[in-house]
Amino acid sequence: MASSLDLSGDPVIQTINLTKRYGNFLAVDHLNFQIQKGEIFGFLGPNGSGKTTTIRMLVGLSKPSEGRASILGHDILSNITEAKRYIGVVPDISNLYDELSARNNLLFMAKLYGVPHDQRELKTDELLKNFGLYERRDDRFGTFSRGMKRALTIAAALIHSPKILFLDEPTTGLDVVAARSLRNLISNLHDQGLTIFLTTHYLEEADHLCDRIAILVNGKIVRIGTPEELKHLTEEKSVIEITFAGDIRTRIGELTSRIPGTEVIALEDDKVRIYGGDPPRIFEGVSQFAKDTGIELELVNSIRPSLEDAFMRITGLSPIVMAIDKGGR
Amino acid sequence: MWRDELRGIYYIALKDMRTYYFKPPAVSWGVVFPVVWILAFYLRNPQNFEDLIPGLIAMTILFSTTAAEAVVINFELKLGSLERLLLAPISIASVLIGKVLGGFIFGIFMTAIVAFVSILSLGLHANFLALIMVAVSSLLVFSSMGAFFSVAVKEVFEAQTLLNLPRFVMIFLCGVVYPISAMPEWLQHISRLMPLTYTVDGLARSFSLGSTSSIFPDLLVLVGYSLILIIPAIKMLNKKFE
Repeated sequence: MASSLDLSGDPVIQTINLTKRYGNFLAVDHLNFQIQKGEIFGFLGPNGSGKTTTIRMLVGLSKPSEGRASILGHDILSNITEAKRYIGVVPDISNLYDELSARNNLLFMAKLYGVPHDQRELKTDELLKNFGLYERRDDRFGTFSRGMKRALTIAAALIHSPKILFLDEPTTGLDVVAARSLRNLISNLHDQGLTIFLTTHYLEEADHLCDRIAILVNGKIVRIGTPEELKHLTEEKSVIEITFAGDIRTRIGELTSRIPGTEVIALEDDKVRIYGGDPPRIFEGVSQFAKDTGIELELVNSIRPSLEDAFMRITGLSPIVMAIDKGGR
Repeated sequence: MWRDELRGIYYIALKDMRTYYFKPPAVSWGVVFPVVWILAFYLRNPQNFEDLIPGLIAMTILFSTTAAEAVVINFELKLGSLERLLLAPISIASVLIGKVLGGFIFGIFMTAIVAFVSILSLGLHANFLALIMVAVSSLLVFSSMGAFFSVAVKEVFEAQTLLNLPRFVMIFLCGVVYPISAMPEWLQHISRLMPLTYTVDGLARSFSLGSTSSIFPDLLVLVGYSLILIIPAIKMLNKKFE
């Protein structure tokens, strides 16, 4: 996906030092990025890293404390109403109206966005069919499963045929099947030429869907690149995963000192991943560590670097922090 | 541009009517509650029931507009569905005005039912133009009041609880059941600070078949109150999304 991307054209979204403060807390810290037409751009970061705050500023639900941003050339500070005509937003919660049916929810959105009268019903039915909800069109939104609610919320964001779709944690809280189906749906929308700005804390999701990914930690972009570029950061070095027979989390420092020139990151209490270094010397150091501490080695694996490895190396964070869900609705 | 704003206001009001209003709780607060109150006062002190009709209509206006609307705005703020409206290409002011219009339209229906049933069953005569002008401007005031209290607080129950203070104070001090002229002078000064006083006065003038121009001072005050309530409400909502 990424290789065919043209990064030379005018960006459809551009931010310059975009910043948000809540009192003394810096939620978003001077973000600079550009998104090109037709791109799926992912914001990857743990909960609380500033992903949703960034989307809220870009779609007009919050005002930046500092900096600027534009959507299709419309400044979000001076001309957000015009920009809103071209964007569809799927918030992190499915916030359609429980009391209205699926069809009436979409029709209401069509009216609100000024979809011409003769196209409202056609567009509504087309979306319901595309999203597999046509059979349930007269059922109240409140009776839908999480996955169906999510699908209808995306359909509602597409009712006015936007040029850019913002998806905030689209698969959070969904079961595996519903999440997979939703990812396929997002891929299809991308194939139709829609520009998509996606936030997620699921590494596989970002890897699978995004043309480019910005890794966000504590409100700051720490790296932007294609998934391949990010993975490449770890490819030059070996990655070894070791499972011990006991808890070694408190002894990571001791282990690191035995294998100089490497980076050791704890995955779980008894599991570490070691980046860089010379594999035979690592094995020697780790064996010695096991012998001295009495914590036996259970499993040693040499693994192919993934986006998860790239994320860990870039941020120094364990992927466990990424597994903490917000608990979507 | 203004067409988009008007369209937004209209469809938000229409959606609210369908979703929240004309449901038992809203109807109960809007009509049943004022009727029961007036009947309770009448049974305690049976006299000329016709004299209580301006108060009954005023209470219907007050409760039909504020009861559901205060809950609706806060409820949607909590659920996040108000944000959905703010994502549309319309201003925050239009979203709030759409919400106010929902309460206003519901109030029109409830007030019309109570007024017509009262007029027809008691054989009353009224200056209908004056009656409509006072009712409409009062509906604007109290639907704006519902929006104001709803936006000012964080929790759904807070809006209702907080609203009860001015609502019940107004029932007693604005001439709904006791004539203001019979109150001590210092209390009369307080009455004059409350919008429902001007609603009751305007309605009473409409039923006493006074000239339409005699209600103009009441209308002027009511329009003023609408602005005093709706403008800060819009500002407060704007502040929530800064």
